[in-house]
Amino acid sequence: MSKFKKKKSGDMPAVNTASLPDIVFMLLFFFMVATVMRQNTLKIQNNLPFADQVEKLDKKDLVMYIYAGKPSANYTQYGTEAKIQLNDDFADVNDIASFIAAERASKREELIPFLTTALKVDSDANMGLIGDIKQELRKVNALKINYTTKKGSVFGNK
Amino acid sequence: MAKRAAPEVNAGSMADIAFLLLIFFLVTTTIETDSGINRKLPPMEESDEDVVIKQKNIFTVLLNGKDQLLVEDDIMEIKDLRKAAIEFLDNGGDGSCNYCKGKKDPASSDNPDKAIISLKNERETTYKTYIAVQNELVAAYNDLRDTRAQAQYGQPFTEMEANYKDVNWPGNKEKLKVKIDQIKAEYPQKLSEVQ
Repeated sequence: MSKFKKKKSGDMPAVNTASLPDIVFMLLFFFMVATVMRQNTLKIQNNLPFADQVEKLDKKDLVMYIYAGKPSANYTQYGTEAKIQLNDDFADVNDIASFIAAERASKREELIPFLTTALKVDSDANMGLIGDIKQELRKVNALKINYTTKKGSVFGNK
Repeated sequence: MAKRAAPEVNAGSMADIAFLLLIFFLVTTTIETDSGINRKLPPMEESDEDVVIKQKNIFTVLLNGKDQLLVEDDIMEIKDLRKAAIEFLDNGGDGSCNYCKGKKDPASSDNPDKAIISLKNERETTYKTYIAVQNELVAAYNDLRDTRAQAQYGQPFTEMEANYKDVNWPGNKEKLKVKIDQIKAEYPQKLSEVQ
């Protein structure tokens, strides 16, 4: 009474891989659609802090980005203090006014009141720099700001 | 020469090509973060007239250079800040606020409309601590508005706001806007930052 007969080898059919390209293409299209090519090449470390009371920025084209953080590994010759980055290069606090003016000039006039400044600041930067940025933004009357953060608990990153 | 049938193209390597592209996009993808805490900076022109605010209506939050928190002259952990802020805002000391659920302590704030949170930080404070504190203070307001909206309209405030922004929401947006504005007026966000 041998119930557990060994199956003959060579009985097992090969797994049909004909639909594998379809699956891969599906994934490929997902990533192609979800990818946003970075607008700016970052020269700074940009590890955003966490917060959970976040609101979404509505219109991407009405946002001006100001980055700040320590220069990243390739740019250590600029020191280890947190620096501001505007567009593709390091900038000084005094450059913010002209940056905002340039951004405003590139937008349609009726949209200017809706412009928001998004501050993408590294979590280890200190508030002195951000205070300076805010003061500069007040001078040029760009009052709507957004502290860009990742979604998560504020206690997670301690 | 006799015509031969065209040989079938071998599609076996299509998967490899697709994989190659897939891996390229996997590596280059950065899902951009586009959410954060919205704030409005005060305008530059200072008004000359001094507004007199009673000391008990101000909730002072101090952040020092070592990321330590001082709330109303007491050292506090960030995790306790939300509760303390809610207690302060919802106090309703002068009895003019009929929806407040606080202790009605006469030594604390009179009314959510008069209560002001004042946040001061030093230059050495790290950004993440500052964001954590901002987040907790905004959370205090949101919690209060949620409870109030839940009691009055059976729906949390954050959900009402999400519906208002959602273009596919089927309800009446004008009515919703009135409700949102009313809740906002009952718990106005008065968060001032000292420079």
